[in-house]
Amino acid sequence: MTERTDLRSQASPSAPGGADGVAYVLGLADDALIYAQRLGEWLTRAPQIEEDLALGNVGLDLLGQARALLTRAGDLEGAGRDEDDLAYLRDEREFRNVHLVEQPRGDFGQEMARMLWFASYQHELYTHLVDSVDEVVAGVAAKALKEVAYHRDHAGQWVVRLGDGTAESHERMQAGLEAVAPYVAELGDDDPVSVAAAQAGVGILPSSLVPGTVAHVEAVVAQATLRMPDPPRWRSRGGREGVHSEAMGYLLAELQHIHRSHPGASW
Amino acid sequence: MYGNDFGEPLNAAETADYADAVQEYFDGLIGADQRIEPRDAMPDGYRRTLIRQIAQHAHSEIIGMQPEGNWITRAPSLRRKAILMAKVQDEAGHGLYLYSAAETLGVDRAELLDKLHSGQQKYSSIFNYPTLTWADVGAIGWLVDGAAIMNQVPLCRCSYGPYARAMIRVCKEESFHQRQGFEILWTLSRGTEEQQAMAQDAADRWWWPSLMMFGPPDTGDAAAPGGHTEQNMAWGIKRFTNDDLRQKFVDMTVPQAQKLGLVLPDPDLRWNDERGHWDFGAIDWDEFWRVLKGDGPCNEQRLAHRRRAHDEGAWVREAANAHAARQAARQEVA
Ligand SMILES: [Fe+2]
Ligand SMILES: [Fe+2]
Repeated sequence: MTERTDLRSQASPSAPGGADGVAYVLGLADDALIYAQRLGEWLTRAPQIEEDLALGNVGLDLLGQARALLTRAGDLEGAGRDEDDLAYLRDEREFRNVHLVEQPRGDFGQEMARMLWFASYQHELYTHLVDSVDEVVAGVAAKALKEVAYHRDHAGQWVVRLGDGTAESHERMQAGLEAVAPYVAELGDDDPVSVAAAQAGVGILPSSLVPGTVAHVEAVVAQATLRMPDPPRWRSRGGREGVHSEAMGYLLAELQHIHRSHPGASW
Repeated sequence: MYGNDFGEPLNAAETADYADAVQEYFDGLIGADQRIEPRDAMPDGYRRTLIRQIAQHAHSEIIGMQPEGNWITRAPSLRRKAILMAKVQDEAGHGLYLYSAAETLGVDRAELLDKLHSGQQKYSSIFNYPTLTWADVGAIGWLVDGAAIMNQVPLCRCSYGPYARAMIRVCKEESFHQRQGFEILWTLSRGTEEQQAMAQDAADRWWWPSLMMFGPPDTGDAAAPGGHTEQNMAWGIKRFTNDDLRQKFVDMTVPQAQKLGLVLPDPDLRWNDERGHWDFGAIDWDEFWRVLKGDGPCNEQRLAHRRRAHDEGAWVREAANAHAARQAARQEVA
């Protein structure tokens, strides 16, 4: 232990120790960061200007969550890495986000399906993390809870409008739900890091978030006159262990390229 | 009715007397430097000029999202990424305020967007240049938002109330943008050799196009044929000539470039003690007209991108309308 980390843990007496704590917080941060990256692609491409603004808002909220959580992970790790070191200088296998958020941008219906699932999950998650023994995580959760309530609502309203809109939009919204279906189960996987974080009181067991998440999505889908997809033939796995889909390498190449081309530079 | 054989009487608003009264009332307001409001009668030419100008301004905000949006996914730090996303979002907001201001003149946004997409209405030519490096994001904030502020601050006193009020909100945000752009270049010009070169290259490429943002000169060979400057000034839409604004911009920007340690690409740039202004070299007006007419590096790309987003979103907008109509019908039944 260096003197520096001693000082830091004095400043945050509730800091939970251990590599699991760091990895857990990184998982939370990476989900938000990678989804913010995908949402950033929508600006200038949305169906109407109001939606450029709205998707930008959601992306900015997630980026804000990611920055606070990455900073926290860096502090817990105590190796002097800041938010940018963690975002730009880790390799793909060190990223702990689920596959859902890294998938390439589809059409607007598919994006609303993804956002509905992800925001519903994050809403359940942050509702519990407000009580985390890590005060910083609890603080981020308290602030983010209001944000993700808005995201969930925004996506839900669009799913209803598109489901109960025209024949074409109904079909496309259903297709959007089907397209993201293989990626939602992974949100509820109890990986060892999450299990340890839950035991330490830092985190929450992902499987415990599933009923609330599914109930919310089901209610929206019913109101939208759509149907829940059948169980998919395959499902994604392994994001929390750093095993990603092929899309992730390209996403990171774009995200990290400029930063990595100028080692040590400040911006 | 009796003796009803002289046809439909003219509506009062169609008589010559009425037109004269409108003009007199309008001239009175303008003469007293009062604001014209949507409910006020106004001459047709004034209305048409405003619609065209506000629409082009709105289109510029929307198309202007693209060159910077191009860097959101690659911004070199998370802080810069957040600032850039917020900036591009602000521009979308500016577009919305301006379309709303135009709508008070009796047109609607969909119609104006169609005119943008079909090329009938223009947007600022500056956005037909590409953003090739991260430093270009800084140069746009510093120079392009800087020039926009020069143009827009006088519009806060524009005779048409809704436009003036939109400009007040917009200008506040534009000055943030300008400061952020300056700060990007400030950091780069104090950074590594590569970063300094990147900043200089951006200044080299963006300087002349930003001077062109004030439009053609007011006099001389390159002046716009049939220019409207005089009429627009009489109407209180324009407060300064293009050349006045350009000079103010140069005077403001040159000292900033010196602070940044950047060399502006103009060998004729020097302080003129007599005039109390910076002298600058000749602008390539051929390039200006060429880009304006469509032959710029990104004209096709910007419009195609905008049209694609609009076309790909058509089913979403239709669905939203259909859903809203169905909801309204349901409420009526209930
Ligand atoms: Fe703007
Ligand atoms: Fe701006």
